[in-house]
Amino acid sequence: MTHWIILPIVLPAFLAPFIVLAARYHIGIQRVISVAGILALIGIAGGLAWQASDGTVSLYQLGDWAAPFGIVVVADRLSTMMVLLTAVLALFVMLYSIGSKWDERGRHFHALFQFQLMGIMGAFLTGDLFNLFVFFEVLLIASYGLMIHAGGTVRLRAGVQYVLFNLLGSTLFLFALGSIYAETGTLNMADLAVRVALFDPLQSSGIRVAAVLLLMVFAIKAAIVPLHFWLPSSYAEAPAPVAALFAIMTKVGAYAIIRVYTLIFPPQLEAISGLHGWWLMPTALVSLVVGMVGVLAAKKLDRLVAFSVIGSMGMVMVSISLFTPEGIAAALYYIIHSTFAAAALFLITDLVRAGRANLNLTAQAPIAGGTLTAALFFIAAIAMAGLPPLSGFLGKLLILDAAFESDIMVWVWAAVLGSSLIAVVGFSRAGSTVFWKARSVAPEDGAEIAAPPATLSYVAVGGLIALLAAHTVFAGPATSYTTAIAQDLFAPNAYVTTVLDTPGKLSDYQDDSHDDDAAESDGTVEEDGGH
Amino acid sequence: MELLVASAIGILTAAGLYLVLRLRTFPVIMGVSLLTYAVNIFLFASGRLTVGVPPILTDATTYTDPLPQALVLTAIVISFGMTAVVVMIALGAFLGGNDDHVDDPKPEADAGDAS
Repeated sequence: MTHWIILPIVLPAFLAPFIVLAARYHIGIQRVISVAGILALIGIAGGLAWQASDGTVSLYQLGDWAAPFGIVVVADRLSTMMVLLTAVLALFVMLYSIGSKWDERGRHFHALFQFQLMGIMGAFLTGDLFNLFVFFEVLLIASYGLMIHAGGTVRLRAGVQYVLFNLLGSTLFLFALGSIYAETGTLNMADLAVRVALFDPLQSSGIRVAAVLLLMVFAIKAAIVPLHFWLPSSYAEAPAPVAALFAIMTKVGAYAIIRVYTLIFPPQLEAISGLHGWWLMPTALVSLVVGMVGVLAAKKLDRLVAFSVIGSMGMVMVSISLFTPEGIAAALYYIIHSTFAAAALFLITDLVRAGRANLNLTAQAPIAGGTLTAALFFIAAIAMAGLPPLSGFLGKLLILDAAFESDIMVWVWAAVLGSSLIAVVGFSRAGSTVFWKARSVAPEDGAEIAAPPATLSYVAVGGLIALLAAHTVFAGPATSYTTAIAQDLFAPNAYVTTVLDTPGKLSDYQDDSHDDDAAESDGTVEEDGGH
Repeated sequence: MELLVASAIGILTAAGLYLVLRLRTFPVIMGVSLLTYAVNIFLFASGRLTVGVPPILTDATTYTDPLPQALVLTAIVISFGMTAVVVMIALGAFLGGNDDHVDDPKPEADAGDAS
């Protein structure tokens, strides 16, 4: 058993209190620790991804307790890929927040940032549903602090909405977990996969309710219409680097849906039939359209980017809710793309904000460093709208291709292509108003010219754009890797047996109980259902 | 006992939802607190309700499930912390904006009509 798997969670968990306690008043030391920590995280995540890349599922039992009794951390291809994605995104976001001096505008930015990373990493790695809840709370409570970083009444108001919405989401999550525990008597994901499969479809009302509740919780996190209302104002009002980091948070919801609804509630499971196709797919199509219409309708640049996040999550969910290996593979490719594209757009919005009085989509005097900012916006907008040659186009192509065989191919193609057109119009209108029409407005007399943003800020944004380009150039290996992940997800035997059959403390007892389970499994399920 | 606990959860949830829909920070925070009480009792009941039996495996034939109690403890701690955070943020927003509405303010509506 290797201890490396737990490190992406433990390292930020140690660094954050260290930053608060030892480097409280030294922003320079905080920055060094933060960047070094993130670089170490990238190294660890890369190592884990390398280890998992041949399909090995590695398991870490906390306290050495065997699986259904203790909490386990599992590193398979999907979770290590998401961990690596988070670590790489965090590096560029951190560079930007140092370059733009956002981290100096309030206290404890670096500590909260590390706690946020801890929560996200934990959510990706854990193999236990209640533990997933705990890590959701860790990442949320850190995000509350980050969201209101630097203060201001407007931001605090948006923060109240954000916190309350997520508190309600957490309550719903607990209701879902309670129902699942009452029905199955376990919260370990692998154990749940075994037990839910044994359910009699005729007595499945309890587990159906639990599955729907859980889907709603993850849909809140993934900002799927009609549960997206928290996203536009909180992402628009949050400090730009924080909003860029939040680009991965909606993906946590998407990851949870992929994980839970392929492992525990797979689409072929009769007890919850209809949930994937009848409910998830239409909402995904609607959120795709709503997001992109929001891009066209937005009056401010930051809202525009926030709505494009909703649209891209809709795109991801359309692909996920096909629930075919091709669909999941396309969704994973698009998740990587949309994380970097959304983060880059939020950071560029901040570059624009630095030179303007506000972010309204009206012609205003040219901003300092406008040419470079405009070029970056152009590339990022192309990526987000899904035009060739960048990875958004390839991702969209993969999604269209995955939907080609499906019964609702017409709807998917119409929504994806139509919303792309709307997004192109929305982005080009915004870009031409903000950057081109600025030439026709003379700067006010006596207005001081803001200094152009720091080079490091441009390096961070440029790095994200370069990653998008790399994601396009290496699309071949990337898609074959995501295809391998999708095939793992639809054949979860390796995952389940690794988690349940690895010996640990209490595993003698576990062997006994498993023999009992095999003999009496029908009996227990009926007894549970009868209550 | 099942009826009593179930109706208690139901009443708490209904009251909590009603308060959440009031859209002013104080009732909403009260409502969220009521909802967390409801969900705590719900989690507690998810391990089946038994009276006067130990939460460990013994030679006796009945025992109560210890896991939901651990889950409830975690949930209580988390919801307590979260409520404290939201109270502070809401207080900051109220003192800064002199308005305790949770929803987005209307562009022309001023803080004056809040009462």
